This record gives sequence, structure tokens and C-alpha cells, in this order.
Amino acid sequence: MSGVTNILLVGVGGQGTILASKILCYAALDQGYQVKMSEIHGMAQRGGSVVTQVRMGDQVFSPVIDPGEADMIVAFEQLEAYRWTHFLKPGGVLIVNDQKIVPLPVLIGAAAYPGSVLADLEQKVSRFVALPALNLATEAGNSKSTNVVLMGALARFMNFPQEVWQKALEEKIPAKLLEVNRRAFEAGYNWQA
Amino acid sequence: MTLPSPGQRVLMAGNNAIAQGAYEAGVYFASGYPGTPSTEILEVISEYPEIRAQWGTNEKVAFDEAMGVAMSGKRALVSMKYVGLNVAADSFMVFPFAGTVGGFVVISADDPGMYSSQNEQDNRYFARLAQVPMIEPSDPQEAKDFVRLAFELSEKFSTPVMYRTSMRVSHSKGMVTVGERSEVPAKTFVKDIPNWVVPVFAKGLRAKLDAKLARISEYVETYPYNRVEEGSSKVGVITSGASYTYAKEILPDATVLKLAITYPLPKQTLIDFCARFDQVYVIEELEPFIEEQLRFWGVTNIIGKDRFPHTGEFSPDVVAKAVFDEEPVQDFSGEFDLIVRPPQLCPGCPHRGAFLALRKSGALVNGDIGCYTLGCLPPLSANHTTFCMGASIGNAFGFGVGGTDKVVAIIGDSTFVHGGIQPLIDVVYNGGNTTVMILDNRTTGMTGHQEHPATGMTLQGKEAPRLDLVKLVKAIGVEHVQVANPFDQKEMYSAVKEALEYQGPSVIMTNQPCIFARGEKGRKYTPFVVLEDKCTKCGACQRIGCPGVLPGEVPAIDEVACTGCSLCEQACKFGAIVRKGDA
Repeated sequence: MSGVTNILLVGVGGQGTILASKILCYAALDQGYQVKMSEIHGMAQRGGSVVTQVRMGDQVFSPVIDPGEADMIVAFEQLEAYRWTHFLKPGGVLIVNDQKIVPLPVLIGAAAYPGSVLADLEQKVSRFVALPALNLATEAGNSKSTNVVLMGALARFMNFPQEVWQKALEEKIPAKLLEVNRRAFEAGYNWQA
Repeated sequence: MTLPSPGQRVLMAGNNAIAQGAYEAGVYFASGYPGTPSTEILEVISEYPEIRAQWGTNEKVAFDEAMGVAMSGKRALVSMKYVGLNVAADSFMVFPFAGTVGGFVVISADDPGMYSSQNEQDNRYFARLAQVPMIEPSDPQEAKDFVRLAFELSEKFSTPVMYRTSMRVSHSKGMVTVGERSEVPAKTFVKDIPNWVVPVFAKGLRAKLDAKLARISEYVETYPYNRVEEGSSKVGVITSGASYTYAKEILPDATVLKLAITYPLPKQTLIDFCARFDQVYVIEELEPFIEEQLRFWGVTNIIGKDRFPHTGEFSPDVVAKAVFDEEPVQDFSGEFDLIVRPPQLCPGCPHRGAFLALRKSGALVNGDIGCYTLGCLPPLSANHTTFCMGASIGNAFGFGVGGTDKVVAIIGDSTFVHGGIQPLIDVVYNGGNTTVMILDNRTTGMTGHQEHPATGMTLQGKEAPRLDLVKLVKAIGVEHVQVANPFDQKEMYSAVKEALEYQGPSVIMTNQPCIFARGEKGRKYTPFVVLEDKCTKCGACQRIGCPGVLPGEVPAIDEVACTGCSLCEQACKFGAIVRKGDA
């Protein structure tokens, strides 16, 4: 499967992984790649764990990414980063939004949200970025742009020209929200710990 | 949604591509019932004004209507998830005896891996059972192209054609080259009683069907879309559908026989193909449908379910493990304290109020198919059985007959219209003492908020005569009918109590909409807040299982998520939860 870049977007139903993947796919297509993308619909969307898989390259057959095969993972939530990191290739990039969304067992007091997610992941993954994407989005003007902040953070690790990303934002985001999302993208792109 | 124009290359999901394929194939009529992973097919078809598209009340009705259109001479399609074909199976088994006039395609969307389904079922066997040819696409481009092929096949042999997709084909995106619509001249139905009155003439028609299948079997031997991709290695592969894409990833140099039509199988082509190799991998998801047939024909040099799993979804890894004995990648996630994240009822979901009252009543609850299946999860734990569409009411009747005290069937509005009306008639007819709670949230929730007869809107969002469920259940003969507000716990609980005490059939209708129902999105809510000084940390607000009530030293309410439904306020005995601004 050489020559194909595998990217996983993982999060919680309702976090906007699907719009993020549309931006990513648009950019990849604009770069002339063949793209396959796969996502989960139905029951899991009701606040469950969701994953979107994007594969791009000269020739892509399967839309599916297996454990140990992802070049990059963008986790929209800490616990989801925990859940999916073993899908990363050795040397792959993990980008984590430091937001926590409490799952049902924690909600009802049957479990505690793990305290050391970011530290644990940093131990396992050499190319690791954690960022406060929700805060950055709120500062940019709309907390719902968290997904676009994360695309900005991802863009740093991809060799697409800036114009391509800008075009993707223009194509996939309604005009009245474009400015906010441009700022959100930039905040993610420029973020440094 | 903007529809693509001819010649454009577009990134499309499989389901969108199927809809585009229907458009290009000149389909005149499309019907179906929502069900993951098939729902978007009809939703997208409804965007094309050239096609008359509609939700049926259930898959059987949708099937019969599309079948009628096809008999009348025009191209018709019916779309459903694989369990929908169980519902429509009666017609599906008999229609082939007569054949069709206009093209007729039955789309079955399978869900290997059960991402959003109650069971795992390989619907390829349905094609064999009905003796109907079946076509299977592997990716979005084929998803589009194969619709036209399916109609051509249907008309060539005057037979329904089964079009089998799967979750991975339907919900994956890939590039699709869009084409033009070709209008197909309508054919004419000829009154020919010995062909169309099947029960009376079944024996003769059985022989005709057999002869037709023999002709199709011969035809598929040279069918150009069953293709061989010559490779450089000495490995042979037989595959179809999504499995083809995994085979190509793992065995890029193999010679692959890729089947488009998987029923009937091209016997001689397969036997000749297998004879070229020492060993041939039969790479097929779920059951050994192709493999069994090959072994029946005496082919022995094949590797199939002795190495490949017969349950669950395939992936490149699954194929690699079977072919190369490859060890799975080191999975260090076991070292982490991983907490499951099951789906859950949304903040502000009216089902929560129904479940709180049911939990308090101590009733045995027979559930049905919908978001309310999630009422089985803690802390509600108030849905005790769930199987399939419409089963709740008959099951509850049966529990009552079996001697269980206090039984309630719960069923959503869409599911009630789909499969709940007849069992309720049966309960009244057979003197059941059954309580049925219709959770009317004014939408088909779990599949993404589709309209149905009781919402009074069509698939296209146009007004339609609204089915009045209260009048309906009264007309059926249920005398004890209550309408209750699930966000008012006193009212809801007393309705449950009264219904359970009543001797005879009773119905409770809840009357609050899904937060995503039409007209509900964008509604402004005043959220609730926790008064820290009054909170005794008793945990009662957390036992309602609302994702908007956040745990902590003192619980807090997520103001963005809160819809102001007030269930947490009612759960708090200390007046520590108040509407924001009222404090």
C-alpha cells in the first residue's frame, strides 16, 4: 500500500468530523490524488464514537484503514485519541484536541474519565501534537469551528499549498461563516505549544 | 443539494451514486423505507424531479407499489436495508414467477459487521431463494453504472433483479463520472391471466422460471462485467463487491476474476478459471455463497472459509491475515484505561421521560426498532427485549398470555405505522390485556429524520394527509387511549400506572417531538443550571442518564446541550436545579 496516505478523523457523533473530511477530500482531489473515504452513519451518530477514514494516492482501491496503517490521526476528543491511536503507523502523526466529552459510563458514575490521556499518548507517539482546538475556535469567533481548527493543525503536516486549503474552505463552508472559519483554520495551523 | 451535471467527475458516496445511476437509467418510480445503510439512496433520488420518489409505509408496501409500476411498463426501483427484504420477502419470492414488463430493481443494502443493525445476514441467499439475478458493485463508480446494467438485465430477461450493496460500498466515497439521463420508452402490460395470476398457474410458471434461469446462467458466462484482471503471480482470486477492493490491496499481482453478477454464477467460467491455478482464493464477506457453489460443482483447489472468517466485515487486514498468516499489528490500546462510548439518547430526547416513568412502574418493557432501543442502557435500563420492526406489540401480548404481570410494548411512530398496526388489531381481536406506548416524536429518528404518514409530510417535504394515530388506535378498537407529555413526569407516570391497572388493551401516546424533528432545529432553549449551595450531591440528576448533566464534585449542566426539558429539575428533590434566570 505504498504511495497512499491514510488519515483517520476520530471523534464523538456531532463533532463535525464529516465536514472536516469534506475539506480534506476536496484539498486532496485538488492536488490530483485519487481519494477514497468512508464514514459511519446510523445509530453510532447518537453521541457514540465515530470514525472517518480518508485514503489518498495515485491508486486507491479500499476505503478502509486497518490498525497500524494510519499516517495521521486527528482526534477531536481525548478519549477517542486513546481509543484509536493503535491505528497509527510507527512514525505517524497524532493530533489531539484536548477537549473531553464525557461518555455514558462516566456520566452515570460507573467509570472515571482517565486523567493521563495526553501524557500516555505522548509516551507512545513521537510525532504528537495536543492543542486546545475548542478554545482556539471560540477565540476565532465560533466554537463550532473546532473541526476547522483541527484541519488547520493537520495542514501543517501535509504538503498541500495554502491556496488549496483556502479553496477547500471556500467550497465547503457557507459564505457567511467563511471568515470565522478562515481564522479558525489559521489558529490551528499556527498553533504552537 | 446541487445535482452534478453530465461529464463531471465528482466525489460521491455509494448511495448518492446509486441515486445518480437511477436517474441516468431513466427510472420512473422509486420507493422504499428508511434503514441504514440504504436511507440516502431514496433521499437523493427525491432530488431528481424526473423520478417519482416516495417513502412507503414499510418495505413490503414499497415493493408492491414499485412492482405495480414495473408491471405497468415503466422502470421502477425499490430500496431498503437488508432486513427490509425480510419484510418484503413474500412478494420478492413470488414476483419472479410472473416476471416483469418494465425494468424492476430491488436494492438490498447489507450491513456486514452490524454497524447499525440487529443481526448479520448475507442477503445473497435471497437472490438464490427467489431465483432472481443479482448484481454487486464494488465502489461508487460501479454503484452508479450497475444500476443501468441491472435494469438492462431485468428487461432482457423479464425478471426482477436484486442489486446488493453493503455498508462499505454505500457509505464510502470515490470518484464518479456522471452521465446523462436516457428516457426509456414505456412498455405495455398485456392482460394475460395465465402469466399474472400466479397461484392458479404456479406449476406452469415454475417450469418457465426454471427455463429462464437456465438462459440467464448461459448469458452470464460471457457477461462482460464479470471480468478477469490478469496478474503476474501464480495466485488466483475470485471475488466481488467490497471484498474486491481489499483483495486488490493485499494481492496486487494476483489474477482476479471479479464478478459483477453473483447469481446465477457463471459455472463454466469459474471452473475454467480455477483450473488455471494450483490454488484459488475465494474472497467473499460473510457466508461461503460462491465457495459452496464451487464445491458443489466439484472444484476443490479453492481456499475459502477454512481460512477466511464467515462473520463480521472484511478489511485489507482480514484478507492479509487469511492469506499470509500475518500477525496482527501490536495493539497497545490494552494498556490504556479505555472506556466504551456507546451511542445514547440526546439531551432533550422525549424518550428519556417515557423511560423514567416506565422504570418507576417496574413494568417489563418489550422494545422495538428505533433510537428508543437505547433505553436498555444504564441508568435507564428500561427496555428489556428488542428484535425487529413491529415485534414489540405481539411480544407484549405473548408475555401477558404467558403470565407476566405489568407488560408494556414501546414502539415509535414510524415503526408503528410500519409494523405495529396489525399486531394492535390482533391484540384487540384476541382479547389481550396489553399496554402499548407509542413514542410519537414526529419523525423517523434513528435513520436521520425521515417523514412518514403520521408526520403529514412526504419524502420531498410537501404536505400530505396526516395519519392521526389517536383516531387510528381508537378505530382499531382500543378504548383506553391516553396522550401524555413525557417531560411531565407526574403525568407520564400516572398514565403508565393507569394503563397497567386497566383491564383490556390500552395505548399511551407520548406527544413531544425529537429535538431534530422538522421545525425543532434552531429552536431557542432556556437551559437549566445547578445551584451549588442547594445541591446535596445525591446524584439523582445523574440517574436520568442525560449527556447534558455533567458529573463533577457538584454536577453541572452543559448549557449548550441543554434543551430545557426539565427532567433533571423534576428529579431533584432539593430545588437545586432551576431554569437559568429564575435563580
